[in-house]
Amino acid sequence: MRQTLLDVGLPLLAIAAALLLFGGFVAAGGVDPLQMWLLLFKGAFGDWFSWQNTLQRAAPLMLTALCVALPARAGLVIIGGEGALVLGGLACAALPLFMPLPPGTAGLAMACVAGALAGAMWIALAGALREYRGINETISSLLLAYVAIGLFKHWVEGPLRDPASLNKPSTPALAESLRMGGIAGSDVHWGLVVGAVLCVLLGFLLRATIWGFAIRVVGGNPRAAQLVGLPASRLVLLACALGGACAGLAGAIEVAAVHTAANASLIVGYGYAGILVSFIARHNPVAVIPVAILFGGFGAAGSLLQRRLGLPDASVLVLQGIAFVLILASEALRDVNGKRFWQSFWHRLITPAGPASRVAIDNSGVSGVR
Amino acid sequence: MTADALLAFAAALLGGALRVGVPFLFVSLGECLTEKSGRINLGLEGVLVLSAMAAFGGAYLSGSAWVGVLVAALAGAALASLHAALCSLPRVNDVATGIALMLLGMGLAFFLGKPLIQPQAPQIPALPLGNWSDIPAVRAALQINALLPLGLLLALLMWWGFSRTRAGLLLRMAGDSAQAARALGYSVLRIRGWATMAGGAIAGLGGASLTLFYPGSWNEGVSSGQGLIAVALVIFARWSPLRCVMAALLFGGAGAIGPALQSVGIGWGYHLFNTLPYVLTLMILVLTCRPGTAAAGSPGELTTPNQ
Repeated sequence: MRQTLLDVGLPLLAIAAALLLFGGFVAAGGVDPLQMWLLLFKGAFGDWFSWQNTLQRAAPLMLTALCVALPARAGLVIIGGEGALVLGGLACAALPLFMPLPPGTAGLAMACVAGALAGAMWIALAGALREYRGINETISSLLLAYVAIGLFKHWVEGPLRDPASLNKPSTPALAESLRMGGIAGSDVHWGLVVGAVLCVLLGFLLRATIWGFAIRVVGGNPRAAQLVGLPASRLVLLACALGGACAGLAGAIEVAAVHTAANASLIVGYGYAGILVSFIARHNPVAVIPVAILFGGFGAAGSLLQRRLGLPDASVLVLQGIAFVLILASEALRDVNGKRFWQSFWHRLITPAGPASRVAIDNSGVSGVR
Repeated sequence: MTADALLAFAAALLGGALRVGVPFLFVSLGECLTEKSGRINLGLEGVLVLSAMAAFGGAYLSGSAWVGVLVAALAGAALASLHAALCSLPRVNDVATGIALMLLGMGLAFFLGKPLIQPQAPQIPALPLGNWSDIPAVRAALQINALLPLGLLLALLMWWGFSRTRAGLLLRMAGDSAQAARALGYSVLRIRGWATMAGGAIAGLGGASLTLFYPGSWNEGVSSGQGLIAVALVIFARWSPLRCVMAALLFGGAGAIGPALQSVGIGWGYHLFNTLPYVLTLMILVLTCRPGTAAAGSPGELTTPNQ
């Protein structure tokens, strides 16, 4: 009970504190924080129009968050989801140029699968480098993301460029029949359903299947996994490939539903925001759904803040950064016993830190994400 | 390719290596210092972007490039101190914190730097080391960032300090065995805190060379992962400040190939050539890392790169 309360309460507390701090931040710039909070809420969840915008942004966030969450459960910190996303978008846009696709849902599904495969291969590469060469996956996945963005730009501005796209290099637009439509005539596309279903499905996989259990054992205690003979490397690769497939799918859906062609509008940082979403959801796929909607909302409200209050478009990034820092800091409160905490606090306050300082806690040996 | 074009290409490559390499040098020295104390700072990417903005803002408002450099170092130190403070909390992991600071640093820089995209700021003066040559391309290539000598000096100083001074020994002890440092009565957290902060200040100088020398203006794409490449670069340099210099120049050269080719009229594959530093980093990691063993020269307390 206490555990669940902490799991839900701490992130909520951290987000509330982040909003408060962000209020102070904009107040320092001469903007009324009350109005900012009001607009933030209005722009995110105020009316049906805002909700559409929010949900449209939540869809890719769910999928890129899964790209962090699944490897994290296997003990890896993957932060290169952006690379898988752009390659997924590129693969989706490029497939119809190389082979004729059946019109309608079947063709769309094939393009999306191509995107998912591209993403899966990219993140699995980071996993393989770690398993077989011992390379830190956090660094390699991010380097791979930069390589992916370079490849994306090369193909979009070079061999695959639609000659008609003058100012903004793009691939040829997807045929009408291959595009992903809105749900019931709204701007919210079916990607939201795909994302939510995948979150639930992968949450189920982790929680209730042998595979999921094995992945969690590998992530929780690699030594134990080795002792009971789990194929740790293959499980890590599986988790990475599944995560990468989700991020690749996010790119494919963005292309099929929003941009209709692969171009630079795809690179707006969904991959990085997904890291934050996954950390707040504590790498729990089901919890990713509400967190992604919340941060999709903040993203949607960003343009309103820009228009009405004259805040730079990066304000949402600042809010995200503050939230991320506070979420991590809130972990420190997790196993704090209230009474003992204050005792040690006073103890620390009145006795100067010296050689015998018992409160010096070394956390350098902590590895992984938990 | 004619002889002239080849010379122009070589000069552009050398000049590019010297220009692009300077931010790499400072960030890798900062990261080296931090990692020697047993902590990894992935947030240096955020530090770099924030300090680049701070440098430009400082120089623009004060009218002096050197004030900008100072402001950059202070901004870098401030953000790195936040990293140090967060990492000293129990249950807080330095890798995750680094990612958070990357996001926060970039957010703050883009937010505060919005009004700085248009204006021009005074630049760090260039040292014309190529005046002996009659060839304009060589002269242009050897216009050296005035911070480069400072970086070389700093690398020497760090190399000397690590092996010859009490502070350097303490730092390495905190990085190699926190137990030993604690047993001798030193606060590991405090040593790491200072090292992280100083590392941030040094990385801040790299940010200053980005906006005040090359490319010499502030925009949101001013850094493209140099802060993260530095982490890999330090592994490549096996945690030695002197080898960091070589590695930084090598990476600068790799980053300069695309623009150098463009300068002689070869535009094909511009974006592909720009991915070279990342590919090079990955290849170096593949060659230097072995599963199950720590990389040579790695501080004992580092959780990464190998477990």
